[in-house]
Amino acid sequence: MLRGVLGKTFRLVGYTIQYGCIAHCAFEYVGGVVMCSGPSMEPTIQNSDVVFAENLSRHFYGIQRGDIVIAKSPSDPKSNICKRVIGLEGDKILTNSPSDFFKSHSYVPTGHVWLEGDNLQNSTDSRYYGPIPYGLIRGRIFFKIWPLSDIGFLRDSPNGHRFSDD
Amino acid sequence: MAQSKGWVRRYFKAFCKGFFVAVPVAVTFLDRVACVARVEGASMQPSLNPGGSQSSDVVLLNHWKVRNFEVQRGDIVSLVSPKNPEQKIIKRVIALEGDIVKTMGHKNRYVKVPRGHIWVEGDHHGHSFDSNSFGPVSLGLLHAHATHILWPPERWQKLESVLPPERLLVQSEAE
Repeated sequence: MLRGVLGKTFRLVGYTIQYGCIAHCAFEYVGGVVMCSGPSMEPTIQNSDVVFAENLSRHFYGIQRGDIVIAKSPSDPKSNICKRVIGLEGDKILTNSPSDFFKSHSYVPTGHVWLEGDNLQNSTDSRYYGPIPYGLIRGRIFFKIWPLSDIGFLRDSPNGHRFSDD
Repeated sequence: MAQSKGWVRRYFKAFCKGFFVAVPVAVTFLDRVACVARVEGASMQPSLNPGGSQSSDVVLLNHWKVRNFEVQRGDIVSLVSPKNPEQKIIKRVIALEGDIVKTMGHKNRYVKVPRGHIWVEGDHHGHSFDSNSFGPVSLGLLHAHATHILWPPERWQKLESVLPPERLLVQSEAE
């Protein structure tokens, strides 16, 4: 009787470990489903939307300008942020709003990216904490699956071209 | 004839079962629990690689200890290089968030480490590409905690978490 229960427990633990490891490999190396919260990417991604994120681009260093990425927050490693890549290393970034008289710009350092939310009025991003290292990027969002009325591949930035590269 | 065909099919099924169990478990273990790595370069002399290029130390990297991003001053850690995401660097933690560090070669003399960041330095000052060059690093780049030297056998030891005495902090948040 006891041996039967013990045997069943071991089998259960074994299956849990096995499927847990397969899940880890899938999320880490392929991709997964993510729910986003917050207003900083409106109108492209609204609060409580569910999206597909893929992690292959990060491992093959294929992230490009205009991609929407998930990254670890630079000031809190346990939380994630979801923003659009405006500039890669070496790009020239305009760091002030268009209403300022003097245009100021800076260059994105090597190994870093410049992120901005689509909702420029209500987004804490690289304009506040500066460029973030590429190593903090977790994955690239490419497809929205909820709400069903807005299902599909994600649109380009509504802010036009905020970057100039030379 | 039918018996040998049955043997091949059973062997193939057993191989697939083993493969799909062993590979994810091994990959998850190496990513989440622990792995080993060879140390290159002279930036952590004399603690690591005292023999220079003749013999490289092999260290045990413990991922499990840093799963909540908890590190102490004096720990030797490996992290993703902020200047080159394809490379991992191994350095010692000198200061945690909120501490004020007196820098050696940084553009500011004193730096307060921001929230969610740490200050790392190699033990071999002057031959180390560390926070004195690229500033405080975000905890999100933390990869693992190096706990033991595994090779060469005459250098088997546990790596202690001690701050070099000349790098005592100006002010630490804990006080």
